Amino acid sequence: MRFKWLIPAIYILFLLLPIYWLVNMSLKTNDEILSVFSLWPHDLTLDNYRVIFTDASWYSGYINSMIYVTINVIISVSFALPAAYAFSRYSFVGDKHLFFWLLTNRMAPPAVFALPFFQLYSSIGLFDTHIAVAIAHCLFNLPLAVWILEGFMSGVPKEIDETAFIDGYSWPRFFVRIFIPNIASGIGVTAFFCFMFSWVELLLARTLTAVNAKPISAIMTRTVSASGLDWGVLAAAGVLTILPGTLVIWFVRNHIAKGFALGRV
Amino acid sequence: MIAKQQNQKAWFMVLPVFLLVAFSAVIPLMTVVNYSVQDTFGNNQFFWAGVDWFRNLVHSERFHSAFLRQLLFSGIILAIEIPLGILIALSMPRRGWGVPVCLITMALPLLIPWNVVGTIWQIFGRVDIGLLGYSLTALGIDYNYTQDPLAAWFTVVIMDIWHWTSLVVLLCYAGLCSIPDAYYQAARIDGASRLAIFRYIQLPKMQRVLLIAFLLRFMDSFMIYTEPFVITGGGPGNSTTFLSIDLVKLAVGQFDLGPAAAMSLIYFLVILLLCYVFYTVMSNIGMESTNHGGS
Repeated sequence: MRFKWLIPAIYILFLLLPIYWLVNMSLKTNDEILSVFSLWPHDLTLDNYRVIFTDASWYSGYINSMIYVTINVIISVSFALPAAYAFSRYSFVGDKHLFFWLLTNRMAPPAVFALPFFQLYSSIGLFDTHIAVAIAHCLFNLPLAVWILEGFMSGVPKEIDETAFIDGYSWPRFFVRIFIPNIASGIGVTAFFCFMFSWVELLLARTLTAVNAKPISAIMTRTVSASGLDWGVLAAAGVLTILPGTLVIWFVRNHIAKGFALGRV
Repeated sequence: MIAKQQNQKAWFMVLPVFLLVAFSAVIPLMTVVNYSVQDTFGNNQFFWAGVDWFRNLVHSERFHSAFLRQLLFSGIILAIEIPLGILIALSMPRRGWGVPVCLITMALPLLIPWNVVGTIWQIFGRVDIGLLGYSLTALGIDYNYTQDPLAAWFTVVIMDIWHWTSLVVLLCYAGLCSIPDAYYQAARIDGASRLAIFRYIQLPKMQRVLLIAFLLRFMDSFMIYTEPFVITGGGPGNSTTFLSIDLVKLAVGQFDLGPAAAMSLIYFLVILLLCYVFYTVMSNIGMESTNHGGS
């Protein structure tokens, strides 16, 4: 058992190697990538990053992604809060069926919905807007948000609600002043998950956008096929998509383990 | 479990969620159902086709092979990721500086956009500029994922292990952290072996999170699209064309809306059915073992 730490160490090495390789490539010139095989950049350059930060068709992709992810997180969390409270505290007609139905949408393959979504959002004039992608991502993020929040809320004793009502709190005031602070970490975790699944999804985001709201990940695929082999810029763009996730993980690092268990340990 | 209060007004709290999800789910689903029973020759003219598409699909060689590939892929993924995840979670440190390091680095792959994951492995596996491909070739192993089906499968599977094992690890770790120290002390006093501790203390405590991990991994691996699409594009030949890729080829590539819609529905129903079965079976096991432990 003395070498137990080796297992996670090897695993982490395995996780970091491909990421290191991407960073390594993003700091090389295209000539170096294609001519010599080197484990670290001999001719260190930041040109690849400069291309991205100066070309509007590149950096607007990041802004678009950020906008629709933020809208999605706000919608998901604020809609899911009262619903999760209802599921965790009350029983009502059809509650179990409704809950299962919500979860089935988490299971729906996006490939099934891609084409109908395109037609639906085109017909109501929302095609190529940030809000369309944000609402489309609600399909899987809202059920997940309700699911996670319900788990955290069920962990809060019911006596808190009852005491507050006896003290004369109205429901909205109780909810905002007492209940939400109690599940603050749960809300953080929920926002983290909504961010995560909205940030990593490509198929729907690509289907629903053309120019104005095109996400960075879709711009990357286009560049691969069009200009062919600009590996350095591609790698730099990839590195930049990893950064926001890293930042967000840092904020929730203390709750991450419990969060991944969706509040149900 | 606390007895919940009957309150029909709670529907009002659920209503916004219900409406929004219904908008995003029911209308597109009805569109799909609509297409699946009609045929078109363009010009927006549709003809009633009945269940022809479904009948064709159930008998089509192409659907069968895509379906089998999908099952094989999900099977391999689950068989590797779940045991590996448990093993890593068991050997992770419980306190000290190692904890945040492990958690943050392990969560990292989960937050990378899926097509970037594809790109990373596409580069990493290339024989000329990728570390993996270059090293394997240098060792004398014939590895080229764009031509050899076996190498393509190997790349896609190892990519998925890289991408998603952390989810299983983090879930199991959360389960393990919730076990009070007193349990281990009691086990030590009884002289329980390492295996017995795992079987009778750790495994039961991880059951709920394992259920979640299993369901999430199964659903997501069954729906996988972006990563293999970026790495292999479904090739070489059709060897890594999974259900989603086949579906998108059919719907967007060939614009065969009828067959594609029929395929969507069957695909969705299969996922629902399998998840329901797994969910019921696994929660029944959970129920039995808690009853057993309690008596």
